[in-house]
Amino acid sequence: MVEAIEPPSQVTFWFIQGRVLFWIINLVGSAFFAYIVAKRLAPMMRAQRDIRFDRPLARLGNLLKFWFGQWRHPRYLAAGIIHILLFAGFIVLVIHTIGLLALGTSDHPAPAGGLYGAISDYAATVVLLCMIVAIVRRLLKPARYAVPARYGKAHTADAIFLLALIALLMVADGVFEGGLNVSRWQHHLPVESTAVLSFAWMAQQALPAAPLAVVTNLYLGAYLVHELAFFFLLCYRPFGIQFHVETSLFTVFFAKLDRGTIKPVRYGVPDTQLDQVKSFGVKTFTDFTWKHILDFYSCADCGRCSDQCPANAVGRPLSPRFLSIKARDYCFQHYPVFGGARNGDRLAGTIYSEDEIWSCTTCGACEAECPLLVEYIDKIVDLRRGLVDDGNVPQSLQKPLKALESRGNPFGKMEKKRADWAKAANIRILNGDGGADTLYFVDSITSYDDRIQSIGRATAGILNRTAENFGILGTVEKDSGHDVRRFGEETLFMALRDHNTEAIRSSGARRIVTSDPHAFNALKHDYKDVPPVEHSSQWIARKVRAGEIKFNPVSEGDVYTYHDPCYLGRHNGIYDAPREVLDAIPGLKRVEMLRSRDRSFCCGGGGLALFYEPKEDERMGVKRVRMAAEAGANVMVTNCPFCMVNMEDAIKVAGLEGTMAAIDLTELAEKQMR
Amino acid sequence: MEILVCVRRVPDTSENEIELNGSGDIERDDLVYSVNEPDNYAVEEALRIVEKSGGTVTVVTVGGDDDEEVLRREMAMGAKNGALLSDDAFNGSDGRGIAEILAGFVKKGHYELILTGVQADDGAAQVGGMLAALLDYPFASLVNSIEVEHGKLKIGREIEGGNKEMNEIDLPCVLSIQTGINEPRYVGMRGIRQVASLPVPTFGAPDLGVDGRAGSAGAKVRRMDYFTPPEGKGAEMLEGSTDDIVGRLIELLRAKGGVN
Amino acid sequence: MPRIFVYIVHKAGVADDSAAEMIAAARKIDVGQAPVAVAAGWGADFDAVCESLRGSFAEVWKIGNEALGYPNAELVRPALVKVLPAGSILLMPHSHFGTDLAPGLSIKMNAAYAPDVMDIEVLDKTTLKLVRQEFGGQVSAHVRCDISTGAVLTIRPGAFKPVESAPANGTVIDQSAQVGVLTARRRYIETIAAETGDVDITKFPVLVSIGRGIEEQDNVSIAEDLADALGGAVSCSRPVVDAHWMEKSRQVGSSGKTVKPKVYMACGISGSFQHLAGIKGSPFIVAINKNPKAPIFRVADVGITADILEFLPELTAKIRESAKGRVSRAAIQARTSADESDAGRPVLRELVKR
Repeated sequence: MVEAIEPPSQVTFWFIQGRVLFWIINLVGSAFFAYIVAKRLAPMMRAQRDIRFDRPLARLGNLLKFWFGQWRHPRYLAAGIIHILLFAGFIVLVIHTIGLLALGTSDHPAPAGGLYGAISDYAATVVLLCMIVAIVRRLLKPARYAVPARYGKAHTADAIFLLALIALLMVADGVFEGGLNVSRWQHHLPVESTAVLSFAWMAQQALPAAPLAVVTNLYLGAYLVHELAFFFLLCYRPFGIQFHVETSLFTVFFAKLDRGTIKPVRYGVPDTQLDQVKSFGVKTFTDFTWKHILDFYSCADCGRCSDQCPANAVGRPLSPRFLSIKARDYCFQHYPVFGGARNGDRLAGTIYSEDEIWSCTTCGACEAECPLLVEYIDKIVDLRRGLVDDGNVPQSLQKPLKALESRGNPFGKMEKKRADWAKAANIRILNGDGGADTLYFVDSITSYDDRIQSIGRATAGILNRTAENFGILGTVEKDSGHDVRRFGEETLFMALRDHNTEAIRSSGARRIVTSDPHAFNALKHDYKDVPPVEHSSQWIARKVRAGEIKFNPVSEGDVYTYHDPCYLGRHNGIYDAPREVLDAIPGLKRVEMLRSRDRSFCCGGGGLALFYEPKEDERMGVKRVRMAAEAGANVMVTNCPFCMVNMEDAIKVAGLEGTMAAIDLTELAEKQMR
Repeated sequence: MEILVCVRRVPDTSENEIELNGSGDIERDDLVYSVNEPDNYAVEEALRIVEKSGGTVTVVTVGGDDDEEVLRREMAMGAKNGALLSDDAFNGSDGRGIAEILAGFVKKGHYELILTGVQADDGAAQVGGMLAALLDYPFASLVNSIEVEHGKLKIGREIEGGNKEMNEIDLPCVLSIQTGINEPRYVGMRGIRQVASLPVPTFGAPDLGVDGRAGSAGAKVRRMDYFTPPEGKGAEMLEGSTDDIVGRLIELLRAKGGVN
Repeated sequence: MPRIFVYIVHKAGVADDSAAEMIAAARKIDVGQAPVAVAAGWGADFDAVCESLRGSFAEVWKIGNEALGYPNAELVRPALVKVLPAGSILLMPHSHFGTDLAPGLSIKMNAAYAPDVMDIEVLDKTTLKLVRQEFGGQVSAHVRCDISTGAVLTIRPGAFKPVESAPANGTVIDQSAQVGVLTARRRYIETIAAETGDVDITKFPVLVSIGRGIEEQDNVSIAEDLADALGGAVSCSRPVVDAHWMEKSRQVGSSGKTVKPKVYMACGISGSFQHLAGIKGSPFIVAINKNPKAPIFRVADVGITADILEFLPELTAKIRESAKGRVSRAAIQARTSADESDAGRPVLRELVKR
């Protein structure tokens, strides 16, 4: 068909023929983009090794669920819907856009019509609408987007600029199509139907009487704008958060598969060869792995992680979002697209404060929230490893670390007293003679703390009734080392782990039970070659299902709520077993807090986190007990000794003594057991 | 600046319960030992000085094989050299004897600054001052700040009332360091492992030219036994339920203390 | 028995009370001997000190030298070496100055050195049996000291009770000429006074004093509440200052302030002598500590074995309740909820055995 308007490739734009002009724009734009990407890849090439190409099927699964399926997005419903629509629009428009770019260089162009054309039109319209809503949201400034003064200026202007550009792209597209159809209609040529009520359609409706010259100019102008805007955006995106448009696919594909674990000090270096590693942890930027740097590029600055971060909520200087943004900005500065690379500065003390790094309780709320599966815990642990390697450890943590080294527990209490609590309860000490095959791993706080020993007794009581025979390691048990590792003291952790592994293997145990979620997580993920481990709540739930445990009813009038411990819930996905146990107790009225399951709010941290003295406005535990009160509960059921410590203290601080109580699940179960 | 720090391995009082064993000594079986805390502050201070103005830090201790571990720990912290002064002839030395042994070692090297911790578990606070007198170097105790100047130091000493006495002291000199002067860096297991195979030379009596003033023969002060003194009247302990105790205490505060 | 000398510490024209304790200690060594006072200094104030010593000592040896205007141990030491006869016994308080002066002095005098002595017995003409403490006061030790070539002993403040004796009417003997020129390789510059801070604990009749047992900074408000209820102030021991939980101006002890309150509540304080050295007069001392074996119970009037983090709030509540009429429950509740808004009173239980 001969068109009424000449296609862009044939038109002369300011002395250059369209085809040539657009070839040039396409080539230069693409080449420039490739150059920028290469520069962005450069620091990743200098970074540490990471093992991310294993288990491709599982990775593909993640890609489909989280990237293509936008799985995490609806957790913030409004923003989530906008993004899903936007993402869907982009996916639909990919082919359309390529076609459009090709059009400028082709001799016989024809915009795509038919079904795909209609879908594309709607997609573009949806994207345009999303952009408008997004711009309005940015102007209304949800709290999540706020940039506290110490982190720099707000990102609003930049965000709006980019959103507007995308909108412009959509508008240009619509005007281009609309213009072409108007020209055909004016000249009584067959009109490809544009999708009704799409923006292209509206453009078309707006122009019917316009003179051909105007339509032509709009048509060609729109095309040129589209070309330029497309390549501008393409090359601009890698300079900011919009880079996630390109990198998100890779970040999700390469995301960590094994939650609950911590990355090794160096991938590819086994424990026995660690002595040869010169420096532990992340001190300078390229000590991060390439995947972590990719994470920094991919952070979309949505702020959902920081919104969920309990440390952030209580005013500690930690905001996960800014861990990424600051690192990304550092990277852009030191590995610029234009100019030479300069590495070298220590990150701790410059872009990150030490308090920031030590403030994290490793609760995992950030990682559970991020739509791009960006990892934070490994980065924090690596940063801590770097600080420990330099000897830069706060005095408040040096004391328990020293005690762990010399006495096997962070309290400095004598090893020979570790099993004293068990003597009164007549608990057997396993010694490998096959007397028992169930090991109750007690860990330090339950062994030594007067109040928490009652959790030990309750657990033993339950095991007494439901296990054939069980025992504990006794004085040969040392701290599991779970938080020693997460606070960056890898060598001490390995010593504790190796010692305990040996003790466990010599005990003759074939299964392990523990009431301590930190110990549970360590035995499950950090330890190798030990028998399978269960948390006591899983054990009890099993026995309840099998009818081996039955409960007496509780007294009337109390309202219970269950607090999901971080290391049972988020890190290990154990949400239902404890609830099953509670629901099996007759007469027990249970309510859920608003923030429960994977949105649970950390109690304040366990293990070494109990010793660190952060700068904060309020304690996490206090916030949590208030959440329980708001939910209408007067009994908080915890399932972790550290949660118990933090909650009982918080109850006193919040002035709720007498109105709220905390009880451990094992204590409650043992009390009500018939 | 070449700095020598004299350190000592002591039972860690914060992690040990010191109890008598019934025969005049303390129960030593479950004791956890570590470097004397003020000595650790001294090593940290020495490291900061050399990090700023160059030089090396040497740590030295008088003792036996068991005591080598504290030398290695301080070397893991950053001290370049360690030396163990060990000889059966040194057993039973009193404070002066230890100082004589250390003086013998000092004379083998060229140290501009010698540091000790202000006191150890026996609360004697004596070796630093004695060492200075034997070497005829100027001395200052309870030092809580050091500024290096040319050929001398500007130091602060802790004195009564929490006041700080500023002094100028010529080099070479001996200083005993008070806790709190700095925040010592952390030494982890990894650091200690890395220095595990570094050489730590041992020096005996002939190497140091120490005469009979060291060892038990030359000791003028000798511990006879440990004991716990009879309690004496001591406090009137209040017993009973918390309510009872609180009530009784308030009565006493009003009666004896003129409160409320 | 060798001649016994007592080193006199003085300030602003007044001799320190410790002299009387030194005399008591000297009597334990040689009950019949009148010890000689030896003092070093310069100027009118110093002259006045030497005069005043005549009332308690038969002989006062005066060492006057311009370089000794400020008590610099590095200068006092060589002066004493020149003046004291060989084989003498010298007693002085175990203090900042004593530990600075004495160890080196014992070397120069070729005498035995025994620091921080708490009791003295004579075994024979050349041997004393002394009592000292070790391991932060957790155990005591008997120590044998050979005084055949003399001895320098620093005496634990408060260990020897001053004895009543008739006034001495002694003579001042000027030994200054023996000293010669004193050159200093350590030179005094100035004294920087400790910050006074916002609260002067020396002015309060009731002190609620906290030690390591308070466990963390946030718990300090528990003590503040009690002090408030009692009309007093919060003071502390050294570890609390070292941990930066309170300012130095609140520290009671030999390197902190000296206080003379009517009531001293030692909460979570072990009772090291450096701390107790800061408590003068004879206040009513209440000790509250989780460890029934804490040394503080030996010096307190009343003792309670309890966790201060739980006990103090109860005590405060009761005091408030019983003071001046009943306070309504509503008022208590209002007060509690008002308190939530500040940095709070977290009560993290004891996990570290201090």
